Amino acid sequence: MSSPQPRRAAVLGGNRIPFARSNGAYAQASNQDMLTATLDGLVARFGLQGAQVGEVVAGAVLKHSRDLNLTREAVLGSRLSAVTPAYDVQQACGTGLEAAVLVANKIALGQIESGIAGGVDTTSDAPLAVGDDLRRALLELAGAKTLQQRLRALARIRPGSLVPEAPRNAEPRTGLAMGEHQAITTREWGISREDQDELAVRSHRNLAAAYDRGFLDDLVTPYLGLTRDQNLRPDTTVEKLATLEPVFGRHDPAATMTAGNSTPLTDGAAAVLLASDEWAAEHGLPVLAHLVDAQTAAVDHVHGGEGLLMAPAYAVPVLLARNGLTLQDLDFYEIHEAFAATVLATLAAWESPAFCKEKLGLDAPLGAIDRDRLNVNGSSLAAGHPFAATGGRIVASLAKQLHEAGPGRRGLVSICAAGGQGVVAILES
Amino acid sequence: MSDWYTTFANSGVGATLVTQLGLPRPAVLRRYEPGQPLLPGPAVVGTAGEGRLRGTVTAVLRDAGVTVLPPVDADGAEDGERPAAVVLDATGVTGPAQLAAAHDLLAPAVRRLRPTGRVVVLGNPPASADTPAQAAARQALEGLVRSLAKELRGGSTANLVLVPEGAGASVAGPLRFFLSGRSAYVDGQVLTLSPADVPAGADEERPLAGRIAVVTGAARGIGAAIARVLSRDGAHVVAVDVPAAGEALAEVANEVGGTALQLDVTAPDAPRRLVEHLRERHGGVDVVVHNAGITRDRLLVNMDAARWNAVMAVNLQAQLDLTQALLDADGVLRPGARVVSVSSQSGIAGNRGQTNYAASKAGVIGMVRAWAPGFAARGATINAVAPGFIVTEMTARMPLGTREVGARLNSLQQGGLPVDVAEAIAWLAQPGAAGVNGQVLRVCGQSLLGA
Repeated sequence: MSSPQPRRAAVLGGNRIPFARSNGAYAQASNQDMLTATLDGLVARFGLQGAQVGEVVAGAVLKHSRDLNLTREAVLGSRLSAVTPAYDVQQACGTGLEAAVLVANKIALGQIESGIAGGVDTTSDAPLAVGDDLRRALLELAGAKTLQQRLRALARIRPGSLVPEAPRNAEPRTGLAMGEHQAITTREWGISREDQDELAVRSHRNLAAAYDRGFLDDLVTPYLGLTRDQNLRPDTTVEKLATLEPVFGRHDPAATMTAGNSTPLTDGAAAVLLASDEWAAEHGLPVLAHLVDAQTAAVDHVHGGEGLLMAPAYAVPVLLARNGLTLQDLDFYEIHEAFAATVLATLAAWESPAFCKEKLGLDAPLGAIDRDRLNVNGSSLAAGHPFAATGGRIVASLAKQLHEAGPGRRGLVSICAAGGQGVVAILES
Repeated sequence: MSDWYTTFANSGVGATLVTQLGLPRPAVLRRYEPGQPLLPGPAVVGTAGEGRLRGTVTAVLRDAGVTVLPPVDADGAEDGERPAAVVLDATGVTGPAQLAAAHDLLAPAVRRLRPTGRVVVLGNPPASADTPAQAAARQALEGLVRSLAKELRGGSTANLVLVPEGAGASVAGPLRFFLSGRSAYVDGQVLTLSPADVPAGADEERPLAGRIAVVTGAARGIGAAIARVLSRDGAHVVAVDVPAAGEALAEVANEVGGTALQLDVTAPDAPRRLVEHLRERHGGVDVVVHNAGITRDRLLVNMDAARWNAVMAVNLQAQLDLTQALLDADGVLRPGARVVSVSSQSGIAGNRGQTNYAASKAGVIGMVRAWAPGFAARGATINAVAPGFIVTEMTARMPLGTREVGARLNSLQQGGLPVDVAEAIAWLAQPGAAGVNGQVLRVCGQSLLGA
């Protein structure tokens, strides 16, 4: 029995809602609300009312226990056919891109003809959990059979047990916030405050220009009165950003990372429509780009001495080598701006002969890239970064950019994630 | 959005109250619903002079399952079924003397007309008359119909269709429209037909099946109603509105099973983007409805350039630019294409505080008339629809007094609904409306303004 030959999955387009600052425009919206609205916007853009796509794959990083079937529930609440299967994935900030890779792979193998990949996150409507003491007491109470057992369980509850546990933006094994991890890497690579602020300003300007030229007209659908990303500051300048106090690595007098060159907590959702070329043609939908290949990597940030957010620096050379490409063969680079310093440290690593030889085992460094091809329509510093939504935002935007540039153009997506992970992919128009 | 007064005046308590107070009691109009018969009762058909369209009229009615009654005598029977419509073929009038025949036919029939009845008079265009007497008689029909429309009560309407020689094949569609519930708020109007190849065998329930229709300004109000009616009639609707209105636009697109295209029609690249979208996604377009419009009201002396320019850009220049781009793009505007531009009563009658808006909407009328011959040459049509007082979110924000008085200043004594405008537009998009080109169809209940 022969299996079908793999084929490349096509990216047909995407939809996202404008990203809102934490406790901003979407303070009252749940993950399911936002993901459903995003799917409905995608349905409206591509005329998929009542349509059954092969699979819908999405996820959230901060997830309520009740949302165990988040994506399927969003599908059921959307205008898609109710018989559309769905499942959740979670790979921290890599969730959205990983979801796209999973959908693309099933399309490549001929297991499905079309699919939607996405992600959503809210830091406003975040889950709160009861502490372990209270949780154990309540579980014991539920299992108690006699009055005596019940009273004993209740007696375990102390006022201190009633403080809820909020999700923390910190690594479980180090106790350090992501920003504190990045601050270590930033210092190691000697990334300057000026370079970080300049990258942040470019992100805001590029995104504002993209909105102004209508680039986002078919990528974003307004939601709850918000029509553009709430974090976007089109008129910000290096001078304005220079006035901000550092917020990470503050024990170091030369600390460089501020609220201006770090992404804020954000709420939002994004989705991408992928399909086989045949499905696209049948539905009269132009192909923007194909997903060529993808790679993940992880670093040991606990004991291995590598920076928490440096995994993409390892994943990209593997991906390039497998596809016979150099870093400079790419026309556009989408490197997720968790922090401005993350992007700059990654680029510095690829330019470093020592890093490329010792860490990557390469004879020569990957080299520098043309900065004018980096995050040309803005990235997370300007748009914000609802963790699982970022992958969908980037894939749809890059696919459109490649399509506009003409056939045969290649773009790189690079996303760092908590837990020392990275997800990277290549798209080609 | 509904006309609360009409609802109230037709309720038990409301009917008593408005009658005792001597207030107008507007009728509940007969509006179209799929599956509805053309008329709720029989139709009286008669002629004044040697009419040439009686056979066509009778065929249209019989095809629609309508019983055709002979003319009622002046002292005729009061029993028997009351007519739901009176159709007078007056194409044979050659002089004022024959107008008496029109009176003789209409008077007894109209006396017995049911509520929400229809009077349709078919005449010849005065401009093509051979003699002054003939022109006078033809023109006289307009005065007759417009006055009769004002006399009719109970939601009944009267309209005049002018049929030039050689345009007999164009009559069936317009006749059906004026008899049907689709023309509920069209009253006291004169429509001039032109000769055209009218496709036979159109599907009355889904006349736009398989058509691609673009509607600008589709996120709300009249635009959303147009999207709904076009979709109901079978078209795939490409719903266009500014990106900021995208949330409501997506809801409309999903409701009608169409697609949402977020596009600012005034953007410099809007024509190119629309053309590309239609070519890539649909291979072309059959129906284009220029509905996007804004108001920026001020007295002329207080109006700044920004208000003036914004209204002109959206209401007029965008219509010109998008239409030209569609005409220029090879094969995108399909054979038999229909363009319908939304004008306004303000563009005909003028309105205090709306010099910019009225200018833009009058401009639309000029545009449509100028393009009509060129469209006819490609088997296409371009028309304007001019709404009167339509009950929308916009009018809901008017002061109560202004709004209620404004809504009553017409022969039907009520404001129209967005669906009334949408029905007129969707009808102009039908194959059967091929003989309507370069016309301005008012949907105003025979407004007193600019009549």
